[in-house]
Amino acid sequence: MTTPAGALNAAANGGFVVSLERYTGPLDLLLSLIRQEEIDIWDIPIARIADQFLLAIHALGLDEAAEYLEMAARLLRIKAQMLLPRRGDEEPWEDPRHELVRRLLEYQQIREVVDWLTAAARRRADRYSRGYLPQLPDQPPPPLELDLRELMEAVERVLAMMPDPVIFRVMPRPLDLEGANRRILSLLAEHATFGWRELLGERASIADVLSALVSLLELARRGQLTIVQPRAFTPFEIGRGPAYQAA
Amino acid sequence: MDQRTRLLEAALYAAPRPLALDELGILDAEATEDDWKKALAELKEHYETGGHGVELVELAHGWQILTLPLFAEAIERAAFAARPAKLSAAALEVLALVAYRQPVGRAEIEEIRGVSCGGVLRMLQERGLLEVAGRSEGLGRPILYATTPQFLELMGLADLSDLPRTEELAVALRPPQTEP
Repeated sequence: MTTPAGALNAAANGGFVVSLERYTGPLDLLLSLIRQEEIDIWDIPIARIADQFLLAIHALGLDEAAEYLEMAARLLRIKAQMLLPRRGDEEPWEDPRHELVRRLLEYQQIREVVDWLTAAARRRADRYSRGYLPQLPDQPPPPLELDLRELMEAVERVLAMMPDPVIFRVMPRPLDLEGANRRILSLLAEHATFGWRELLGERASIADVLSALVSLLELARRGQLTIVQPRAFTPFEIGRGPAYQAA
Repeated sequence: MDQRTRLLEAALYAAPRPLALDELGILDAEATEDDWKKALAELKEHYETGGHGVELVELAHGWQILTLPLFAEAIERAAFAARPAKLSAAALEVLALVAYRQPVGRAEIEEIRGVSCGGVLRMLQERGLLEVAGRSEGLGRPILYATTPQFLELMGLADLSDLPRTEELAVALRPPQTEP
């Protein structure tokens, strides 16, 4: 655990303050202050440690964290109680620090278990078990049994659950297959081979591209043209097929 | 090694987790618990004396074949296996508390640590290191947490009694000294 001294200096010099999780809580901070000052935990100079605690949480930027503020308030209350005059010897005096010391010791014990666990986990991490973890096969879903009516009802239930169903209107835009066909055939009549770019020309719309593609595939299926890619990654070439007949 | 010890070795090799003594009974109904204990002792001895890269380790109420620490660095450097992600100091504090006080509620953990720990508890549950062990009879019937076998596995413990006893720790909980 780092000491808060560095952070204190940084704050005093106007430097940045690291308020990352350096301490796991107010007890952690308090213990490290006590250790740093080499204070006897059974006789804590509460005024001094309360001031240091306040300084530290300010320097660490923790003075808005409720848990740290609560501890600060507790320390100040104990400090005040210590200042009260004790009554005579007949009445047993209960040290107001008693509860704090009990908590600190309890917490200190936890820290020691943490150290022990850290060492144990490190030793364990030096031994590997077999890494293979078989994935259990998922149960195949049972075959779906429903008829169209049930399916439509399910769709309606889903639609009804949607607060405001978003419905897109699809505008039909017919493809000009005939035009594309004519263009391909006329190109075939003029050239033994030609490319996709020549077929589309400049500024082809999506409808043009789709029309050309569908026509091309259809004509290729009928054997009127061939589509060849000479080498990998080169543009393909369109040529006359076995069933080609000049128009 | 006899047939049963070899069966034990095969089962431990095949299983992705430590196998407990009573689970071994499923392998061979005719073998008694003592037979398995004998087989475990024989296999352990076999690995220890035969010059092997692995050994038989008692872990999380069971037994598992683990590689020797000697080879950890080389295996990790080659990225053949990864070490588990380290836990934060806060997570270790919560684990330590639950390990000693289980079943224990969130309020008690927060009282001792002096900070809230809902997020840490959730993370530890997600990693399978803590589980809900029931509910307290107290006000609001708060959830009680306990450690899991995975916790024992992660820490390399055979069972919770492997944890140091509180009086063995450097700071034992002593009653404060009476006034001088």
